[in-house]
Amino acid sequence: MSIMTELGRRDRVFDFLTPTQSPVDVRHGPILYMEDVSVSFDGFKAINNLNLTIDDGELRCIIGPNGAGKTTMMDIITGKTRPNTGSVWFGSRHNLLAMSEPDIATLGIGRKFQKPTVFEALTVFENLELAMAADKRVFPTLTARMTGETRDRIDEVLTMIGLTALRHRDAGILSHGQKQWLEIGMLLMQKPRLLLVDEPVAGMTEQEMERTAELLTSLAGKQSVVVVEHDMGFVRSIARKVTVLHQGSVLAEGTMDQVSNDRKVIEVYLGEGA
Amino acid sequence: MQSSQSFLARPFTERSTQLFLGILFAAMAVVTVLHLAVPEGSALYVSAYTITLLGKYLCYALLAVAVDLVWGYLGILSLGHGAFFALGGYAMGMYLMRQIGDRGVYGNPDLPDFMVFLNWQELPWYWQGFDMAWFAFIMVLLAPGILALVFGFLAFRSRVTGVYLSIITQALTFALMLAFFRNEMGFGGNNGLTDFKDILGFDLRTDATRMGLFLATGVALAIGYVICRIIVTSKLGRVSVACRDAEARTRFLGYRVERVQLFVFAVSAMLAGVAGALYVPQVGIINPSEFSPLFSIEIVVWVALGGRATLYGAVIGALLVNYAKTVFTGVMPDAWLFALGALFVLVTVFLPKGIAGLLPSLKKKPQDDDSTPPSTAKEVTA
Repeated sequence: MSIMTELGRRDRVFDFLTPTQSPVDVRHGPILYMEDVSVSFDGFKAINNLNLTIDDGELRCIIGPNGAGKTTMMDIITGKTRPNTGSVWFGSRHNLLAMSEPDIATLGIGRKFQKPTVFEALTVFENLELAMAADKRVFPTLTARMTGETRDRIDEVLTMIGLTALRHRDAGILSHGQKQWLEIGMLLMQKPRLLLVDEPVAGMTEQEMERTAELLTSLAGKQSVVVVEHDMGFVRSIARKVTVLHQGSVLAEGTMDQVSNDRKVIEVYLGEGA
Repeated sequence: MQSSQSFLARPFTERSTQLFLGILFAAMAVVTVLHLAVPEGSALYVSAYTITLLGKYLCYALLAVAVDLVWGYLGILSLGHGAFFALGGYAMGMYLMRQIGDRGVYGNPDLPDFMVFLNWQELPWYWQGFDMAWFAFIMVLLAPGILALVFGFLAFRSRVTGVYLSIITQALTFALMLAFFRNEMGFGGNNGLTDFKDILGFDLRTDATRMGLFLATGVALAIGYVICRIIVTSKLGRVSVACRDAEARTRFLGYRVERVQLFVFAVSAMLAGVAGALYVPQVGIINPSEFSPLFSIEIVVWVALGGRATLYGAVIGALLVNYAKTVFTGVMPDAWLFALGALFVLVTVFLPKGIAGLLPSLKKKPQDDDSTPPSTAKEVTA
């Protein structure tokens, strides 16, 4: 944004006067606020007047049939896709639509993709070490020392994701589920405020699902977590609040029971499987 | 592993490095004693010829360590490291040429023999300064280092990786070979630089100088090994491995992958340059054949045979293959390439981790060295 348009604005403090690393302002409750967001690809409206509010510390599940716009929504939040209209705010200070992908990541939005990618030749501990927020230029990395603080943070995350006993084993020997947890741990190392998790339990065993449910529930409160998931049993086990997306907008929102009794929802989504 | 010590001290606490340095220095001491204290004619006597041969092997070992650093830990299969080796060698060769002074065949105090032969009237600008040892020794590092930086900057910025990068490195060394073959380049063309007399005032033909060069090479190998260990045991080393295995993921974590690659690649090129510089006074000649793509491929074979991503494996591979080469080319010269090929196939099939893979006890990482004792770890999970 050029300086002139900047100066012409009256609605808020000029961008260049606000510190770039200013903390996320959540005094008003929501950590993520999306209003009237629309995006279309070649005329196809992937997101259509989407309104969504996530509160600080909330655990929210988002469900919806294929093509409902779940992934596109995550792309918009992380800055990968720009909407045609609408506004997206992180807290009440940061306009995500004016920020680049890396800036959004440093601000504290972590995203976990479906397929886990961890560094298989490195140990679990080392994977977390590399993910830690730190000076990542070449020479500081060369001379970096392991401080007690870093070690404590890694230990803390190891406990959270339940891999303490495997800390010195290569990540390559981990099971699929453990790799998913490790990757969530790598996101946690960066102390995100908002965690976007895409289909965390795909391909997991029943037991691993239970552990993942525990992990995600335990994360809520400290950070906000948004889970996109297909598995209804899993969603039922963790969700306090569920949002159903359909054709790019919110179809229903509420507790799992409310949602699953909603006539429209049963028609478009639950009806298929149940 | 995840130690809180200074990054410079870290390698010395590793068992593998201690063992490596111990064996290397012990071997150097034994060779020295056998050469100086044992009477000539005894079965145990080590001749000056053998010492120079061993010195040459050590140069190759340093070169192999440099290749293992980029290949084993960064995943960059360089098929052109011979170029950096040869550049370091040429820098040293130019210094040695200038040391000849007026003792050349033509007795010209200002120009090396080949320039007189080509009827050149004055020294080209890029030969200036090479009569000074300090300048030449800096160029030994700078010439390969700068080439690596320029080449790496272009290649890594464009995200050229894998087999494409290997092919480009191969092309690089081939192009340099063709260039150095030309007489107009002013590096002695086909014949290269030779007929050296002395280094730092010591006569190159005396046994004492050869002994000194051998020991200097051993020390250079030790230092080069430690430098590589410093990088490998640092967080940067782990980032390198991360780049090797999942480049996109590393970038996503916020690391500038191309800068990591550039730094490690340049360090490796400079180590190769030092190896070349120590090689030239011991073999007495440097010519464009060192740039030949075949030589660069051979280096990779040493590392593969010894075992990738261990560093000491590269040393073992370089020493063994070159010893075998000396023996074989003496007994039946025509069979050497077949033997090398067979060795390579056998090791790839039966020892995928190379010879170093046979020494698992060394590779074992010290677990929980200075972190929380295992008991605490168990309590936390319980």
